[in-house]
Amino acid sequence: MKPFDYVRPATVAEAVAAAAQPGASYLAAGTNLLDLMKGGVSRPDRLVDLTHLEGLDAIDRLADGGLRIGALVSNADLAHDAAFAKSYPAVAEALLSGASAQLRNAATVGGNLLQRTRCAYFYDTASRCNKREAGSGCDARGGENRTQAVLGWSANCIATHPSDFCVPLVALDAIVEIEGKNGRREIALDELHRLPGDTPERDSALEPGDLIVAVRLPPAARGFAAHARYLKVRERTSYAFAVVSAAAALRIENGKIYEARLALGGVAAKPWRARAAEDVLRGVAPTADAFQEVAWRALTDAKPSGDNAFKIELARRIVVRALTLAAAGTPARMPALPASPFASTSGAIHA
Amino acid sequence: MPELNLTSAPAHLRHGSNIGQPLTRRDGILKVKGQATYAADNHPPGMLFAVMAVSSIARGRVTSLDVTAAKRHPGVVDVMTPDHKPRLAIDPEIKTNPFVFRMEVLQSNEVRYANQPIAVVIAETLEAATEGAVLLAPRYETLPALVGLDAGESFVPPVVGVGNPTENHRGDVEAGLASAEKQIDAIYETPPQYHNAMEPHAIVAAWDGDSLSIDMPTQGLMLSLGRIAELFGIAPDKIHIRSPFLGGGFGSKGLMAGPQVLGVMAAKLIGKPVKLVLRREQMYGPVGHRAPTRQRLRIGTDGEGRLTALDHHARTVSSTFDDFYEPAADASHTLYAAPAIRTSHDAVRVNTGTPLFMRAPGEATGSIALESAIDEMAWACGIDPLALRLKNYAEVEPITGKPFSSKALRACYEQGAARFGWSKRSLQPRQMRDDSGLLVGWGMGTATFPALMFQAEARAAIRRDGSGAMEIGAHDMGQGAWTALAQIAADAVGLDIDRVEFKAGTSDLPDAGIAGGSAHTATAGAAIHSAGAAVVAKLADLATRDERSPLFGAGNAGVIARDGRLIRRDDESRGESYAEILARAGVAEVEARGTGAPNPAAMEEYAMHAHGAVFAEVKVDPELGQIRVTRMVGAFAAGRIVNPHLVKSQLFGGMIWGMSFALHEEAITDRRSGRIMNANLGEYHIPVNADVPPLDVITVEEHDTHVNALGIKGVGEIGITGSAGAVANAVWHATGVRVRRFPIKIEELLT
Ligand SMILES: Cc1cc2nc3c(=O)[nH]c(=O)nc-3n(C[C@H](O)[C@H](O)[C@H](O)COP(=O)(O)OP(=O)(O)OC[C@H]3O[C@@H](n4cnc5c(N)ncnc54)[C@H](O)[C@@H]3O)c2cc1C
Ligand code: SF4
Repeated sequence: MKPFDYVRPATVAEAVAAAAQPGASYLAAGTNLLDLMKGGVSRPDRLVDLTHLEGLDAIDRLADGGLRIGALVSNADLAHDAAFAKSYPAVAEALLSGASAQLRNAATVGGNLLQRTRCAYFYDTASRCNKREAGSGCDARGGENRTQAVLGWSANCIATHPSDFCVPLVALDAIVEIEGKNGRREIALDELHRLPGDTPERDSALEPGDLIVAVRLPPAARGFAAHARYLKVRERTSYAFAVVSAAAALRIENGKIYEARLALGGVAAKPWRARAAEDVLRGVAPTADAFQEVAWRALTDAKPSGDNAFKIELARRIVVRALTLAAAGTPARMPALPASPFASTSGAIHA
Repeated sequence: MPELNLTSAPAHLRHGSNIGQPLTRRDGILKVKGQATYAADNHPPGMLFAVMAVSSIARGRVTSLDVTAAKRHPGVVDVMTPDHKPRLAIDPEIKTNPFVFRMEVLQSNEVRYANQPIAVVIAETLEAATEGAVLLAPRYETLPALVGLDAGESFVPPVVGVGNPTENHRGDVEAGLASAEKQIDAIYETPPQYHNAMEPHAIVAAWDGDSLSIDMPTQGLMLSLGRIAELFGIAPDKIHIRSPFLGGGFGSKGLMAGPQVLGVMAAKLIGKPVKLVLRREQMYGPVGHRAPTRQRLRIGTDGEGRLTALDHHARTVSSTFDDFYEPAADASHTLYAAPAIRTSHDAVRVNTGTPLFMRAPGEATGSIALESAIDEMAWACGIDPLALRLKNYAEVEPITGKPFSSKALRACYEQGAARFGWSKRSLQPRQMRDDSGLLVGWGMGTATFPALMFQAEARAAIRRDGSGAMEIGAHDMGQGAWTALAQIAADAVGLDIDRVEFKAGTSDLPDAGIAGGSAHTATAGAAIHSAGAAVVAKLADLATRDERSPLFGAGNAGVIARDGRLIRRDDESRGESYAEILARAGVAEVEARGTGAPNPAAMEEYAMHAHGAVFAEVKVDPELGQIRVTRMVGAFAAGRIVNPHLVKSQLFGGMIWGMSFALHEEAITDRRSGRIMNANLGEYHIPVNADVPPLDVITVEEHDTHVNALGIKGVGEIGITGSAGAVANAVWHATGVRVRRFPIKIEELLT
């Protein structure tokens, strides 16, 4: 392994200072970063270990009704926090549909947001990849690309962002709190991840040294608790990334949808908020026709980036199903197979 | 190696016969406690770490390696390259016997496949060696890679598998097809697959002068020993290999592979013990795999669903430099009673490591195609798939006309179908739903695998303290040989299992043959059985010739060995203990050897196979196409069951692998570079626990007096066959969509 410096700052300020130099990288649980280092994909000169920082592992209910989740809270702890899961069920469901129990026990909130793409050509250092090495080309184009992006991609990069967690978060207007060289700032999660355009080497809006300290859910986010689902189609029942996923959240009053939120995962370089499609549902009854209309609207701009046209049709169907499930109501208990189409499998079989 | 401390008396040990008892693994506690030493757990003093640098191109030549940069890295001791390596005694390209395959051990700069070893960095730490390998920054002259089943001109290989004829005929297939009322003509594709044993290939090698000590997982101690001896020009008795445990092999550890030879070379180069362990991604190349296939099946039936002809052709690939051809079409030889059968193969050469044996080589690939085609035919005829199979039940082996040594397949069909509830299946597809609206499908497949025997020898002893010993260089690759063979040994010497010291897993013991072909229990078991019989005969000799013995005059044939005593057959009240016999004779122990081998006369006369019937239920989301297997029942007839517990585990494993074959496994190869894009266990999908439904295994009683003295057929591989097809057929039955390219993917079902 390439030798690197390892620093363990005691405070956020020290961490930001230590990570400001080029070649530095924050280390959270390392479930993504260490894999990338072992494969020679990331070769940092300095690791700034965040795991000993104080105060970043709390889940705080805010006076305004919002919620603040520290960047070091583990994916498992967050998902299993009963109050959290009750208020933001789709987020908990998304978390529990990701990776494996062991990985979720380790993985952190900050690391999940900033995990890198799973594009196989990004991982394969012998391939050309604009994201790994700016300007080198993109071997995913014309390669094995059936799981790549159908929205927001460019000729320079067709990769997707793999996080499940981010999908309901972006639907719920989550906000990211950042500590940087110039102090604290916050941005909408929707603005954290970047579409590739001409600079796919930049995954996010963060500047060198920027540290995510927390993710905040605004007060309005809990208004969807009664009708919120995450649905993830994948190629085995567990321990696989989404082929396509969707988070759907509704506020239903008197049989009419008052407000709808919809985001897609596995389709673009960022968690894909489908705002225009949400508007279709404002003030209408939750019907199959309305959901179909949403699905068409959400995928209007989609186009295949390779052998992946099926993902567009699949995404439409997932949108319809996720909305249907959300309209039916959040289940009283977390399904045994969270976010799975088989979540509600029962025994009885009939012709 | 310290003495293995196997659990001598497992929890539910019963006295009396040992064979047939469901003992838990005697090495289980060691494994659970992390005390079972696998090869890579060994650290002899002064040991260095070796890491392979592997090629990122699939075809061409290495033009430069920055050895200076690698050596400059702190901790790096040396870099082994084609220009700097110990000489081998023979050219590894020479095939000295049919089980020798060519390997890449730095004999030239040529690159023949991606992930081929091109250098070995030796360092004081694993980290330094790993970084040294990166710093080599190889440059290449790259040629266009040959990739896929259409990579070039096809040819007909001289043989497929190990010496099977490429083509087989019986009857007139074209006439059979022409006269058929119903015909199926379908093409199925299976992808390249990799064994991915949990334990990667590893070696710790230490030279002492011209003696060589090796820790290495192997399914074939003696084959490995012989190969090392010829490559390094040393006498076999100078080599000692220890392989007490394998973390899975599945065929990939059957033969000495290049990387392990590189470990021995590195140790020789540096004059110190060396450990070399493959990284997961390095297992996708130099250690074998299952080749992709494209299979065309043409089947004809008369108006009643009776086969008139079966034509099975398989296209496969081999490497550009060696020959192994997946004998996929041979799966059609034994199951269905077609009056006319033809099987044939052709192949193209591609830039991969040479494909090799992978659990049920040929049977697994061929079975999913054959069972799918039979299912398609049943639908074409409007007949239940089980009824169609019964109509075409082979009373004699179809391709040869030989009778079966035993065949309880009918009972497998009956018991499996009853347990599954098959009779309630709708004939039409896409008819069944569960109450959450998911499509439900039921499918079945027939399982079959030949009952093979290799050669083995064992040494048995009975000691003055009344205990026994059995020695055989057998291999426990997780299947439970430490337990099942010890059970056979205990019965062979007429003692309880905890009175027999059972030794296995090292090369100084008698040759147990290869642990492959589902033949290890049968072969090693036969050797143990005959060694036991021989040692008991010697002991009986001592007693019956001694007039002071109550057995005096009983003659060899007249005594039975039971519970540590010899007893007169005609008068069970007369007998004496082993200890008494040996004490009186003043001998410390008696010992004898015995062998196990195929019986050519029986093989000439009979077709020998294990059989089974697998039933699967899947659920499919009607809109989203995601599939989940929800139930599987397998009924297998495989002769005598030595340990029902271990056998069940083998069959479970096989059935899960079959499911994996139908739904998950595929090495995704970039068609331009020839590199495998998912050479890791995150993206090379196999079923996870959540994918594995309740599995139900029935072992059907079967007595076979021809296969071997103990009547054992193998169970290691048969579980995959039948299962893959059953799952695929269930997907069709659920959806009405017939997918002929495996694994079945979501997009195929988005209708
Ligand atoms: C086999 C496998 C399967 C997986 N399956 C799924 C899945 O199905 N769904 C899913 O969503 N995820 C999946 N994951 C990804 C997993 O969720 C991430 O690896 C994990 O969330 C990363 O968290 P971490 O704390 O380990 O981050 P690390 O690996 O430590 O860091 C990841 C990146 O984030 C940066 N970083 C971390 N914390 C901060 C911070 N506070 N501020 C700024 N930068 C930071 C690091 O510098 C690094 O670049 C899988 C991972 C594996 C290995
Ligand atoms: S799609 Fe993006 S990440 Fe993948 S190879 Fe192309 S540039 Fe790299």
